[in-house]
Amino acid sequence: MAATPAPIEKVSIIVSKGSLEGVYPGLIMANGARAEGMECNLFFTFFGLDAIHRKRMEHLKVATVGNPGMHLPTLIGGLPGMSALATHMMTKKMEELDIPPVGEFMEMIADTGAGIYACKASVDMFHLEKNDFIPQLDDIITVGEFYEMAAGGQIIFT
Amino acid sequence: MSTTTLTTPAGVTSVELTDDGFFVDPSVWTEDMVPELAAREGIDTLTDGHWRIVRFMRQEYLQKGTGPSVRALGKTSGIGVKELYELFPKGPAKIAARIAGIPKPKGCI
Repeated sequence: MAATPAPIEKVSIIVSKGSLEGVYPGLIMANGARAEGMECNLFFTFFGLDAIHRKRMEHLKVATVGNPGMHLPTLIGGLPGMSALATHMMTKKMEELDIPPVGEFMEMIADTGAGIYACKASVDMFHLEKNDFIPQLDDIITVGEFYEMAAGGQIIFT
Repeated sequence: MSTTTLTTPAGVTSVELTDDGFFVDPSVWTEDMVPELAAREGIDTLTDGHWRIVRFMRQEYLQKGTGPSVRALGKTSGIGVKELYELFPKGPAKIAARIAGIPKPKGCI
């Protein structure tokens, strides 16, 4: 009989994109990891930082250009208001499924005990500071510190 | 699936569990199994909060056919998400469902 694979005990999830559809998968996976009893850390880098930026987090948009999954011709996707419309529709759908808005979701994820970290290189590049971010942010860390923290677990890049 | 024996004040009972530790037949569960089921999940001291969540999970399952996810539990049980994880560090909905003798709650949030 084949041995049962060992369960995943720990995950480190990297969120690198700042669009609505780029941010949510990482948040859902982090929340789900904690619900399964796994240790979990979230690491926000590049445009993913918008998901923990106090002023920007509630204004994330769905990308309607350069996103073949939208099934919209690029020229149509680029019309004024298209991104706002797609965002509105997706937000409504998510509300129906009881998926919380980003701000509320981040609070919940922090309450589950997951760690929330920002990438130092990206924070410096965008000239941001700790108080630009939500109070639940645990720390701004380097890539080396991230790898130390991720030791012994799985790394998921989104 | 596996069979396990539980010792309760009423005597020794054997119950069928799924591979991931949930009751195959929720109707065989009784409240006096809770202390032993909780101890198996590493919870040696059952507080009022534990009891409240276990009973709530059970009640929701009986009414709706499925136990709530952590988010739903946090919104409706009267105990917030942070405290839920303090009570059940290995996953509030999952662990409380095992102790309440109900199937694993479905849902991604």
